[in-house]
Amino acid sequence: MIAATLGGGFADPASQSARAFRQVLQALARPGRIERLEGVAPPAPLSVAAGAVALVLVDGTVPVHLAGALDCAAVRDWMAFHCGARFVAAEEASFAFGTAEALRPLNRFAIGSAEYPDRAATLVIEVPHLRCEGALLRGPGIDGTARLSLPMPAYLAANAALFPLGFDSLLTCGAALAGLPRSTRVEGF
Amino acid sequence: MTDHAYNFAYLDEETKRMIRRAILKAIAVPGYQVPFASREMPMPYGWGTGGVQVTAACLTPGDVLKVIDQGADDTTNAVSIRRFFQRTAGVATTEATTEATLIQTRHRIPETPLTADQILVYQVPIPEPLRFLEPRETETRKMHALEEYGLMHVKLYEDIARHGEIATSYAYPVKVGDRYVMDPSPIPKFDNPKLSDSPAIQLFGAGRESRIYALPPHTRVVSLDFDDHPFTPSKADHACDLCGAAESYLDEVITDDLGSRMFVCSDTDFCRTRREAGQVGRLGGTLEGEAA
Repeated sequence: MIAATLGGGFADPASQSARAFRQVLQALARPGRIERLEGVAPPAPLSVAAGAVALVLVDGTVPVHLAGALDCAAVRDWMAFHCGARFVAAEEASFAFGTAEALRPLNRFAIGSAEYPDRAATLVIEVPHLRCEGALLRGPGIDGTARLSLPMPAYLAANAALFPLGFDSLLTCGAALAGLPRSTRVEGF
Repeated sequence: MTDHAYNFAYLDEETKRMIRRAILKAIAVPGYQVPFASREMPMPYGWGTGGVQVTAACLTPGDVLKVIDQGADDTTNAVSIRRFFQRTAGVATTEATTEATLIQTRHRIPETPLTADQILVYQVPIPEPLRFLEPRETETRKMHALEEYGLMHVKLYEDIARHGEIATSYAYPVKVGDRYVMDPSPIPKFDNPKLSDSPAIQLFGAGRESRIYALPPHTRVVSLDFDDHPFTPSKADHACDLCGAAESYLDEVITDDLGSRMFVCSDTDFCRTRREAGQVGRLGGTLEGEAA
């Protein structure tokens, strides 16, 4: 139990988190592109990709919300030890981790304000599968159109309609990661 | 060669995480200036402290870094920033645009088209395009929130009324993704068309002003203009005197006190590559002691 909490982080944090960040950046800057993150062993049910996202982006200054099954002692202890994360309610979170079902209702999360649209939450959504098929995506970062298997596409399309407000999403499935910023218009689902 | 007294790429991990979070929000809202907790860097403001922080947050050990200052790889600013990251990150560096994976730039976009495998980091002095029209941050923030950009069009109109054309020749304002008006940093307006639909990620860092903004790949970027005064990217009406390129942006160099002058490519790598391929301009054969 203690080994599971203390282990599973980056062996070489500076270079591994730099590489992982570049993958997160590419995923969010190019919706429809799937990256594979490695070198992390978070406790179940947190996926490798979601664990890597936490190590790269979360620290003591970032309020985190764990939803559903992820809100368990193993994940809490691991994130608290490796990231210094502090856990809050959904409304106050900058980062939220959970499955699509556990994160709903999505209107709990911060979408920023007209003057500070950056003060919006980032949702790390654990999905059962992640493939370049399904909903049609258009917008910044996409050369023409792209496709991505989205959970609750209607809600994500509604979120995009709020632009420049809205939350941003990272979809994780095992080691796979895809990004869906609020700027991406979701169609054809 | 790495100075092990420093963390990889100089900044501590907590600072890099903060900058990385800001970069991701900047990518999510293209053209919007994200405030970030800019650090003091071991170089003065105005020397690219914003670009350096963005580069430090993005750099990986496998990167090949290129740094240019107004297109040149060999000027003081470019040399010192390149050396800074050689020492603190131990990354490979290059002067060849095609070999670089991350390019930090002051006031130019390379002539050689960028690829999807590259990131371009701009050094930005004043990130707010409306700042010289409205000095109050509270007001410019409101103007961006309300998408109220009439003042900028009045400014461009006054240019036309006074000079017969839009006289802004650098830091020419653009509209990103049909939403935010953005300052592309003081690049010549000649470079503006390269901002739009680029396959590369473009990141902008303003250190003194504590702002980061971004253009994801394939983002539509439109230079502001009027139907009857369309935007025209301009350059000196000349060919490069060294390599003969007619399509590149040129610097004018005064060569004596009798009024002689020459025009040379501002992008030194582009110019050198052309000369190495045998292209010769008006004065290209006789300079630098080469045989005519």
